[in-house]
Amino acid sequence: MTESPDRLPPAPEHVLEVEHLSVRFGRLAVVRDLSFALRAGSALAVIGPNGSGKTVLFRALVGAIPYEGTVRWARGTRIGYVPQKLDLERDLPITGGDLLRARTRLGRATRADLPRTLTRAGLSADVLNRPIGTLSGGQFQRLLIAFALLDDPTVLLLDEPTAGVDDPGQERLNETVRRLQVEQGVTVLLISHDLSVVFRYATNVLCLARDQTCFGTPREVLTPEILAQVYGAPVQFHVHDGPVA
Amino acid sequence: MTALSPSALALSGSMAVAAGLLGCFALMRRMTLAADALSHVALPGIGLALLLRLHPLAGALGALLGGAIVVWALESRTRLGTEAVIGVVFSAALAVGALLTTGEELMDALFGAPGTLSRWELVTGLAGAAAVIAFVLAARDRLIVSLVSREIAITAGIRVKRLNLYYLLAFAVTIGLGLRYLGVLLMGSLAIIPAAAARRLARNLNEMLLISATVALFSTVTGAWLAERFHRESGPLIVVVAAACFLLTTLRSPRA
Repeated sequence: MTESPDRLPPAPEHVLEVEHLSVRFGRLAVVRDLSFALRAGSALAVIGPNGSGKTVLFRALVGAIPYEGTVRWARGTRIGYVPQKLDLERDLPITGGDLLRARTRLGRATRADLPRTLTRAGLSADVLNRPIGTLSGGQFQRLLIAFALLDDPTVLLLDEPTAGVDDPGQERLNETVRRLQVEQGVTVLLISHDLSVVFRYATNVLCLARDQTCFGTPREVLTPEILAQVYGAPVQFHVHDGPVA
Repeated sequence: MTALSPSALALSGSMAVAAGLLGCFALMRRMTLAADALSHVALPGIGLALLLRLHPLAGALGALLGGAIVVWALESRTRLGTEAVIGVVFSAALAVGALLTTGEELMDALFGAPGTLSRWELVTGLAGAAAVIAFVLAARDRLIVSLVSREIAITAGIRVKRLNLYYLLAFAVTIGLGLRYLGVLLMGSLAIIPAAAARRLARNLNEMLLISATVALFSTVTGAWLAERFHRESGPLIVVVAAACFLLTTLRSPRA
């Protein structure tokens, strides 16, 4: 019996290899023939206009939807996934503590890890007792980040993690993710509309658009010409002062 | 053996606790309609079992487990339209069942009739209820995470599709256990009403599970007692007591 290509490990230097990945919903191809590879410890920013398949790509990468092509993760990869805003009912009687404690029981973390993880995600302990439906968008997003961090992930997939988070919160989240990448070698895949953040933090950029894709370093990809092609209109972004990755 | 004998109470009580616990997740997963419709599929099973001179509950359980697999298969395909297909399939099942079952048998199947309880039924029923309760307690973490987000659940190593199948099979077993007391039409409500009452009062998952199981147990025992006392059918009385409990919770202002 031959082993499925998805089960073969990627090249030793790669944490992820994607080859000829396509995702279709009925006759509509949302992701078309996409190939790229990521080194361990890199930070990939996925950019593109709404509807270009960024979230669909993430869902395919974690195996939540069927796809064609191959997706190979390095052995021992632990993925932390932070989805876009979720549609939860407000009166769901599940507290932040219910969710995080469930994660500790399912994985390698213990309850003793909770306080430190909350701090890293920029949350106070009172979210443990609050129903998740009553948390603000930003608090819930940080709770999902805490959930992802609890299992000590080697790869983080973040789907617009700072959407709905206030400016200081965004800064703190970006710093947390940056520290995980630099200090602990966590590979980060980030969907973002904030091109200045992408320019500052990403080591690679993958752009998805209806009729083309591109992959390269921020300096290669974030040019006015390519951005205009990707977004179908001229795009300007401001690069904050600070080190450029 | 009456409906209030210790063994009958043990069976109906454990069935109620199982229904109360599973109902919490049915409510949170927004599948109350599917769960209720699933209970209707028991009727053609009962009809067929009577035709073939088998035990009606065996026919019901077979049909329910088959129905659970149909719901599961529909769920894992397109989400759009699943509710509609479930509505069509299970309403049709109710109609076919009504054709196969007649007269008094039909009324018993629709609304429940405690009747006499054999030792075999008691042992099987208690084992079934224990298995369902054990499943909910063992799978609660996986159920919570998967209801918050399917993708997060998958990355946390949860086999979501398999979990959904187990959940639906547990639901089918619970409905099968409760048919004797509540019948095809009312059994779904013993899973839904206590959970709805619990959701209004609970501040966290443990409270919801505890309140729901307690309301289901209280309704079942009180309903059985009222049925004995006033010589009425137990099924409708159990549901009336549960509905009264729910109404009481509406007196409390919604949680902030």
